[in-house]
Amino acid sequence: MPNIKFSEAITEALREEMERDEKVFVMGEDVSTPSVSPLTAELAERFGTARVRNTPISELGFTGAAVGAAMAGYRPVLDMRLVDFTLVAMDPIANQAPKLRYMLGGQVSIPLVIRTPQGGGVQNGPTHGQALESWFMKIPGLKVAVPSDAADAKGLLKTAIRDDNPVIFTEYRSLYPSVGPVPEGDVAIPFGKAAVKREGSDITLIGVGSEVPHCLEAAEALASDGISAEVVDPRTISPLDTEGLAASVSKTGRCVVAEQGHLHGGVGAEIAAALQAMLFGSLKAPIERVAALNTPIPVQPKMEAFVLPSVEKITAAARKALDYA
Amino acid sequence: MPESKGTFRKEKLGEMYRTMVRIRRFEEMAQELFEKGGIIRGGIHVSAGQEACSVGVCSALNNEDAILTTHRGHGHSIAKGTRLPEMMAELFGKVTGLCHAKGGSMHIADVSKGHYGAHSIVGSNMPMAAGIGLAFQFNGRGQVAVPFFGDGASNQGAFHESMNLCAIWKLPVVFFCENNHFASSTRADYSTSVEDISTRAQGYGSPGITVDGMDVLAVHEAVAEAVKRARAGEGPTLIEAKTYRYYGHSRLDKKFGSYRDEAEWNKWKARDPLTVAEKLFGLTETEIEGHQAAVEKELAEAVAFAEASPEPEPEMALEDIFG
Ligand SMILES: Cc1ncc(C[n+]2csc(CCOP(=O)(O)OP(=O)(O)O)c2C)c(N)n1
Ligand SMILES: [Mg+2]
Repeated sequence: MPNIKFSEAITEALREEMERDEKVFVMGEDVSTPSVSPLTAELAERFGTARVRNTPISELGFTGAAVGAAMAGYRPVLDMRLVDFTLVAMDPIANQAPKLRYMLGGQVSIPLVIRTPQGGGVQNGPTHGQALESWFMKIPGLKVAVPSDAADAKGLLKTAIRDDNPVIFTEYRSLYPSVGPVPEGDVAIPFGKAAVKREGSDITLIGVGSEVPHCLEAAEALASDGISAEVVDPRTISPLDTEGLAASVSKTGRCVVAEQGHLHGGVGAEIAAALQAMLFGSLKAPIERVAALNTPIPVQPKMEAFVLPSVEKITAAARKALDYA
Repeated sequence: MPESKGTFRKEKLGEMYRTMVRIRRFEEMAQELFEKGGIIRGGIHVSAGQEACSVGVCSALNNEDAILTTHRGHGHSIAKGTRLPEMMAELFGKVTGLCHAKGGSMHIADVSKGHYGAHSIVGSNMPMAAGIGLAFQFNGRGQVAVPFFGDGASNQGAFHESMNLCAIWKLPVVFFCENNHFASSTRADYSTSVEDISTRAQGYGSPGITVDGMDVLAVHEAVAEAVKRARAGEGPTLIEAKTYRYYGHSRLDKKFGSYRDEAEWNKWKARDPLTVAEKLFGLTETEIEGHQAAVEKELAEAVAFAEASPEPEPEMALEDIFG
């Protein structure tokens, strides 16, 4: 299996899907400019600027237009540059795309993918450094993929593009340079199937997106103390593979859920609620959560680090769950 | 030369020129510090080349008037009188920064000077400017609000909705568009349906005018006229200033991206707003050097203040969420 970067995996998936299906096209601000959009610019060269289309700064307009094009049989893949900018386009994202099929009694489908690079740790501040997957997971009719490594990025993006429903495809920018083995050929990864990223028996660390590598590091740190941690990645949070997550936690009896989004109303709240309902009798400790503190993301690096989750915070939460009598 | 030039006192012209130098040097210094790494926190977007816009606008406003700026807001901030040491400290991520290091370059604000913030979501400042205009209309003290925005932002729905609101309610707002010809790497002649963005005012029954954004007096004249209308309760004006940014879009972007070449850059640089002002104002070599030396001193003090200031305690991240 070749080792490639997370960012290259995204480009590969887009290229292969555009080759496979001429209805797939890419739209967004500066998508064909190499210095700004290294992931999509080479696609513009290959497929032309009609299919890899620069837009004005008109998020509401071009997202609404993508919903229309999807209704009319095309498969747009939007590049939102940052998830923060989706907030300018929330009507088509939250009101239209996920509800149209339902409202129109199944007459239309909306095969739309919205790629939303996101995340903090780069001093981009309150309106350019958020992680918002939990916002989207509560909208019926939207699917939400949150890949954590190169193989999942490629496989899940292929599935997203082939899906006949709107999909928010979250890309943590901190993961772009990360390298991992990616299977060759046409490997699409089904939605709603969690993956065990490291096996263990004492505690389950469930990571979302950027926090999967952090959980793997935390597992390593715990291993040096003789603790065996299992790391599980839900990969899509809508649909959410509660069975898959429960299978691990029923084995270990202890669990930490880590995500970069804000604690309040986060993905971890949904996961913890599901797990306690499924496994109440067999849990050995309360489920711990690690997430961003409930504040906007400050620019200043020390304050930002204080707010965001980290390997240390995950490790500490795991120890707390392990120490619970 | 605009007729009213004679009405400017020599000191006012000198102050306008000095502010332009202050902006130019602040931007050059910010860029240099940014490139060194580890000093400036967060991204920056510098406005060198666009000084005549900042100064032309703010010289036509009072302290009680409001501006709302953008990600590329250092120049506007300085022209509105924003305190330099605290502004530099904000860029340095220090606790003495205007926003206590939470907002960084893209969110500079100094409300005491009528500066209601840099707003980094493109287009977001215009509806807020309409609201400040509404408050000013309620106040009845003749204040005016000016949102600065780019050619790129003029393609956001927020611009169009705000223009209409201000027009129907006759709000005291002057929409000031700096058409520097690019939104990141996208050329305005691709992204924008009209050549002169000012013509978009027609759709809102409001006056629109295009001015030479490299000529500080031309900008000043146009804004002064629009401010007069606004104060008189006659509603908004859209002013478009044609200008040019000398540096790349932001931290990742080189000076000459794939979207522009050196010849175009040189053409604009030949009409540098500082040189244009020097000629217009008839400044002598000695006067120019005097302004430059004064600015160097101010900036050195600002940097020294920023350097000497402490970083915030991490727990301060939890402050100011609610009032
Ligand atoms: C809603 C939104 N979309 C995209 C961006 C990313 N972005 C920041 S600045 C910029 C270009 C803005 O162009 P323009 O309005 O012409 O201002 P200029 O940079 O030229 O000063 C873009 C696309 C953003 N900050 N907000
Ligand atoms: Mg511009």
